[in-house]
Amino acid sequence: MVWPTLRGIYLSFTKFNLLTPPKWTGLDNYVRMVQDPVFWNALKVTVYYVVVNIAVQTAVALVIAVMMQRLTKRTWLRGIVLTPYLVSNVVAALVFLWILDYQLGIGNHVISWLGLDRIAFLSDSTWVIPTIALINVWRHVGYTALLIFAGLQTIPETMYEAARVDGASEITMFRRITVPLLRPIMALVLIITVVGSFQVFDTVAVTTRGGPVDSSRVLQYYIYDMAFGRFQFGYASAMSVALLVILVVITFVQYRLTRAESSDLA
Amino acid sequence: MATTTAAVPVVAKRRFGFGRTAAWAFMILVILLSLFPFYWMLRTALSSNNALYAGSDSLLPVQFSWGGFERVFGLQTGQAAIDAGGAGQPIQFWHYLLNSVIVSSLVTGGQVFFSAMAAYAFARLQWRHRETVFRFFLGGLMIPTIFTLLPNFVLIKQLGLVDTLFGIALPTMLMTPFAVFFLRQFFLGISREVEEAALVEGASKVRVFFRLILPMSSAPLATLAILTYITSWNDYFWPLMVSYTDRSRVLTVALGVFKSQTPQTGPDWSGLMAATLVAALPMLVLFCFFAKRIVNSIGFSGIK
Repeated sequence: MVWPTLRGIYLSFTKFNLLTPPKWTGLDNYVRMVQDPVFWNALKVTVYYVVVNIAVQTAVALVIAVMMQRLTKRTWLRGIVLTPYLVSNVVAALVFLWILDYQLGIGNHVISWLGLDRIAFLSDSTWVIPTIALINVWRHVGYTALLIFAGLQTIPETMYEAARVDGASEITMFRRITVPLLRPIMALVLIITVVGSFQVFDTVAVTTRGGPVDSSRVLQYYIYDMAFGRFQFGYASAMSVALLVILVVITFVQYRLTRAESSDLA
Repeated sequence: MATTTAAVPVVAKRRFGFGRTAAWAFMILVILLSLFPFYWMLRTALSSNNALYAGSDSLLPVQFSWGGFERVFGLQTGQAAIDAGGAGQPIQFWHYLLNSVIVSSLVTGGQVFFSAMAAYAFARLQWRHRETVFRFFLGGLMIPTIFTLLPNFVLIKQLGLVDTLFGIALPTMLMTPFAVFFLRQFFLGISREVEEAALVEGASKVRVFFRLILPMSSAPLATLAILTYITSWNDYFWPLMVSYTDRSRVLTVALGVFKSQTPQTGPDWSGLMAATLVAALPMLVLFCFFAKRIVNSIGFSGIK
């Protein structure tokens, strides 16, 4: 754990192609990174992906979790909601590649039945990132919902009973009880999902390989391509250090902003 | 729920009528969206490629055929496969399936065993700086996997394990911070008295661990094993880095390769969907047996 991390940092200061021993080059990799437009684009694309992915996923997961809490706590329902999570990203990506196919996909048939224009989901540069983000929402939303659901169980049922006796509606109870008491849990869930979301790779690798042009070249795919496509391990390591720093900063900021450590329940 | 509605029957019923219906409608939509892609895999896998073009908007299999599955398991001859819209190259899914089983089993066995030992050391044994080391270890949960993958690859390369199943399994089969943390929580909850009684009787710490601690925590160990198996089965990035040839190719990587072997006429959708179904099925079957355990393990004691 510690050793690979240190070694990763070391490699980021070297020129290394796997065949010859790493050669110390100081900050060269980092200078190159700052000047590399593809890197900045990859960062932009990744952030865009994370925003769409997390916004939709968290909102839908929250609704699913609250409804499971209020309607039925049966295991079968939670099981069904979790099912997509059991298949690999590769499987999810391939199925949606087929469902969203421009000519033959059932998704586009539905769109044309509704009288709208067909969408080239994965080969149009404006649609590609939202599409990949939603594919991953499909796979992960159940898992996120179950995490939130687990958090909901920590809110005492008596609070809802008391509110109901006072004549509060479901929506009022949601706003006044669920949201404030769930905040620390949502903070944790957000930290976990955002960190995971930044590391998107599988779906991109299987469906678009970064295209069209660079419009879905997310950071992790660029790093992989740099290391295994062009054998520039040093530069690839430098970029993964950058990714690590970004994640640590985001985690820290989120933690502070959402005051994850304090609960209103205490 | 039933108890609370019973407490305030009349008012609750009226107020919930519309809201509850809408909520159930939403849940049914969620269920449909979750399951539809699985149905679509099956429907496509059981259709013939040639008919898929004309009947792409049919909700049932078009021109029913086992061809997709036959291509996946290499039961069709090359020419027959090409005629049916496949890639012609033989694909040995049995082989990849076996590889996936080997890797996931190695990872699961190794990880559960080593993590259990480490967790026991963190939970029970007394040694200097234990808490500091543990905190350090937990910090490891925050390090993204990409960050250790490149150095790990260099290490595997130096060990000469590139393109072997063992090389794929090695990094995760030792232990992961998550697994150690997960098990430590359970070990801490085991009562000390039983353990001390055994020690007084003259059993060694090692004996206590194998004869007492492991059997007593079989439930969390099983949960961890299932979760690890699923994660390992679905992993794509690391096996993609390490395996180059058929020899060490696991199912996820094989699917990617299958997809890129697109024949001239267009993708072999029915073969591809048959392959994804074959890759997904073992985990779905596992889930049918252990759904309750898996669903209940997701929570804040075992956060991932």
